[in-house]
Amino acid sequence: MTTTLKPVDAVLVGFGWTGAIMGQQLCDAGLEVVALERGPWRDTSTDFATGFAQDELRYMWRHHLFQNVSYDTLTMRNNINQEALPMRHLGAFLLGTGVGSGGVHWNGQIWRFLPSDFLTKSHNEQRYGKKAVSDYDLTVQDWGVTYEELEADYDQFDKLCGTSGKAGNLNGKIQPGGNPFEGPRSNEYPTPPMPQTYAPTLFGKAAAELGRHPFPHPTGNLSQPYINPFGAQLGECTYCGFCEKFGCGNYSKASPQTTLLPYLMAKSNFMLKTECEVLRVELSPDRKRATGVTYVNSAGEEFFQPAEMVILSAYVLQNVRLLLLSGIGKPYDPRTGEGVVGKNYAYQTMSSVNVFFDDKILNPFIGAGALATVIDDFNGDNFDHAGLGFIGGAYVAGMVTGGRPIEMIYTPQGTPAWGMEWKHAAAKNYLKSFSISVHGSCMSHRGNYLDLDPTYRDVHGRPMLRMTFDFSENEHKMSDYITDSAAEVARAMNPREIKLNRRVGSFNIVPYQTTHNTGGAIMGASPRDSVVNKFLQSWDVPNVFSMGSGAFPQNAGYNPTGTVAALTYHAAREITTRYLKNPGPLVQS
Amino acid sequence: MSQPDESDRPPQPNLGRRQLLLAGAVAGLGGAATAAGLAPSGLHDGELGGPAQTFRGAVPWTPGTADVPPGASGAGYVYFTPAEAAFIVAAVGRLIPHDEVGPGAVEAGVPFFLDRQLAGRFGRGDHYYLVGPWAKGTPEQGYQSRFSPAQLYRAAIAAVESYVGTNYEGASFGALTAANQDGVLKGLESGAIKLDGGVDSKTFFAMLLQNTKEGYFSDPIYGGNKDMAAWKMIGFPGAHYNYKSWVTRHGERVPLPTVGFKGRPGWQETSA
Repeated sequence: MTTTLKPVDAVLVGFGWTGAIMGQQLCDAGLEVVALERGPWRDTSTDFATGFAQDELRYMWRHHLFQNVSYDTLTMRNNINQEALPMRHLGAFLLGTGVGSGGVHWNGQIWRFLPSDFLTKSHNEQRYGKKAVSDYDLTVQDWGVTYEELEADYDQFDKLCGTSGKAGNLNGKIQPGGNPFEGPRSNEYPTPPMPQTYAPTLFGKAAAELGRHPFPHPTGNLSQPYINPFGAQLGECTYCGFCEKFGCGNYSKASPQTTLLPYLMAKSNFMLKTECEVLRVELSPDRKRATGVTYVNSAGEEFFQPAEMVILSAYVLQNVRLLLLSGIGKPYDPRTGEGVVGKNYAYQTMSSVNVFFDDKILNPFIGAGALATVIDDFNGDNFDHAGLGFIGGAYVAGMVTGGRPIEMIYTPQGTPAWGMEWKHAAAKNYLKSFSISVHGSCMSHRGNYLDLDPTYRDVHGRPMLRMTFDFSENEHKMSDYITDSAAEVARAMNPREIKLNRRVGSFNIVPYQTTHNTGGAIMGASPRDSVVNKFLQSWDVPNVFSMGSGAFPQNAGYNPTGTVAALTYHAAREITTRYLKNPGPLVQS
Repeated sequence: MSQPDESDRPPQPNLGRRQLLLAGAVAGLGGAATAAGLAPSGLHDGELGGPAQTFRGAVPWTPGTADVPPGASGAGYVYFTPAEAAFIVAAVGRLIPHDEVGPGAVEAGVPFFLDRQLAGRFGRGDHYYLVGPWAKGTPEQGYQSRFSPAQLYRAAIAAVESYVGTNYEGASFGALTAANQDGVLKGLESGAIKLDGGVDSKTFFAMLLQNTKEGYFSDPIYGGNKDMAAWKMIGFPGAHYNYKSWVTRHGERVPLPTVGFKGRPGWQETSA
C-alpha cells in the first residue's frame, strides 16, 4: 500500500552536493522543497570528529561512509559480448551515500574545465579534422553550453567553498603563479593557495626547469579560515592527510555540511528525509509530465510524494538508473547508435609515476586532499595533438593527499608484494617516496554505455544498472603519452629511481582508480543526441531535471565536482528566473 | 528537529528492511552472525542508519551519539579453530616476516586482528553483494565468490591444507620449511595451485595479503600493529591532528612521537 503525502513544489532525489545547492537555490526562491536521501543523517561532530576520523581501516577499507553494495550494486562488463556480473565489493570507484554523500569523503579538488573542453567535437574537428573525433568509434559531442556561460556559476561555487588557489587568468590577463591555460576568471580565488610540502615543491621546481607551468592545485581544503556568503565558517586545514574516503573533523574541507547545511536546515520551507529511497519518478498518463516520486523508507513503507518538479540529484549512476526505470527518454542502443539514455558513459583515465629518493625526507603523512603542484601543459587541447593519434589530455600533479600506510606505500619496480624484501622496501622508502598522478580525460565511445541489467535485481526487485565500459585506444594512447611526460618531470627531480604505473589493459573494477563516473544523462543542443538541455532539463519530461556528471557528454582531464556544481547553479538560475514563471521547456527542441 | 516520518507510524525498531535482508542473505555462519548489522543498544552507528527520519528547522544534534570506532576486545581466538590459527600464524609470518628492521605480522598481532575481523561484520560480508546467480567472470569483474570473507578463509584454509597434505607427504602448512611455505604462497598468488572446495586460490591469496597489511598498519584498537611498531618502522607518526608547523620545514624529520587513538605508552597520569 502506498501512502500519498502532501504535494510540494519540488522534490530532490538524493542529497549530496547537487541536492544541497539546488535545495538552497529553490528554497531561497520561496519553494516548498523536500529532499529524499536514501542514506543516514551525517554531521561533522557526530560522524567524523577529529578524535576518530583518521581511521584508515574503518573508512577506506571497511567502507564506513560509502554505499553498501550488499543490497544494491551494479553489474559490469567490458563489452557487449560479455555477460555483466555484479560488482560484489567496491573497488575502482567508491560510491557515496547519506547526507552529503561523496561531498563528505571527496578530496576537495576543485577544477574548472577548459573552454575547449565544452566544444570537444567542434573544436577538435576544426583543428585536427573529422577523423580526430570519429576514430576508434568515438562518440564525442559538444556540451551545448560554453565556459563563458558557466563562468559566473563556477565563481559562485568557489565563493561557497572558499576555494584556495591562485588565478592564472583574470579576465583574460595571464597571472604569474596560476594556471596560464585556464579559462578567464572574473575573480581571484576567495583564499590564497595552500603552502606546499616538500614533494610538490620539488615537483614544481623540476617542471619549471623543463619549461612547464607549475601552479598550486585549487583546493577545497582551505589555506585559511573563511566565512562563506551563508555565514558558514570553514577552518584552516591542518594537513592531517585524511581527506578522500574520510570526513573532515576540522571543518576545513568544503562539503554540504560545512558550507550549506546550517543555512538550509534553518529554512522553514525545507525538509530532509533520510533512509528514504526513491524507486521511480511517476509520470502523467501522456508521459509528458512528472507527477512526483514513489519512495520506500527503511521500514519498507511506500509513499508517493507529489511534486511540481522532480530534481534528480543523486549520483550519476542512480540518476541514469532512475531515468531508465521511470521510462524517461529513449534508452541508448549501442548496436544502432539510436536512443540517448545511458549513452556516452565515461570515466577517468588514471596513471601515475612513483618517485624514490635516497637523500630527501618527504614526510608524506603531511598531506591534504588537494595538496599538489600541478602542470596543465598536457591537458585538453593545451598542446598540439597533430600526429599523436588521440584527443584529450591530463593534468600531471605532484600530489600528496596523505601517507596512509595500508594504501600508500610505494615500493620500487620489481619489489615483490610481500615477504622480507617487501617489508624492507616499505621501511626504506615510505618517508622518501611519493607519487605523481596523471589525471586523464576519457572520451565517449560507441560501445560504452549504461542500461538496465536483465538478470540482477536490488532488494526492491528493481533491475540493477549495467555498466558496459572499456578504455578505447584513444585513452590508452593519451595516457601513455602523458605518463611519459610525467616521467620526464620525475627524472628531472634527480631521484634514485622512478616507477611508471601505466594504464594497461581493460577497465578493471577491482583496484581503486577514481569515483569520477560520467555520462548516461548527457546534455546537448538537441533531443536527438542528448537527454537534457543546457539547463539539465529533460527534453521528454520538462519538469524533471537531472543534475550531476551524468550530463557530461565525455569526461575532461579534471576532477568533475567544480563543473557538476557550476551546471547545478546554471540550471538553478534558469529555473528560478524563467521556469517558475512559465513552467515548460526552457529550450525549444 | 528530528521527528518521526509524516506517516505517524509507531517508531520502528532499529532494524530496517536492508538489514533484515542482509542478515537473511548471509546467515548460517554460526555464532558470529547473530543480529547482523545491529549496533549494541544505545550506541549510534553512522553506517547502519536506522528508522526513516524527517529533519526540518535546524541541524539536529543528539548528545552521546558520536560514531566511535568499534575496536577489538578480549584475548584468544573466537573465529579460527586451532588448526586454522596454526595455518594463519604460519602464513602471515611469511607474508611479513620478523627481523631487526621491524616486526613480523605475527609479532604485530595480525592473527588476532584477522580473527576479530572474520568474527565480525567484515567476516560476514556486510559490504559484499553475495546474492546469485554466480559465474566465474573475468579478472576485470572482480570478486565473484559466493563466500563471505569468513567462509572464504574457512574453505580456503582447509583446501590449502589438503593440497599441502597431498603434495608434502601428509604435512600441514605450518610444518613446512619457510622455503616450501613461500612456494605454496607463491602458487596461490599466481593461481598455479588449484584448490578444492570451490575456492579460487588467487582470490583467497589477494584477500589474505590485503587483510594482513590491514592488520599490520591499522590503528592498534583493531588488535594488530602492536605497540604501533609497524608505523614506527616506516616512520608514520599515527593519528596526529595537526602538522601545520611542519608543512614548510622541508626535508626535516618530524620528531613527533607515534600516537594511536588511545594515545601512546609514554602518556602518564599526572599526580596531584
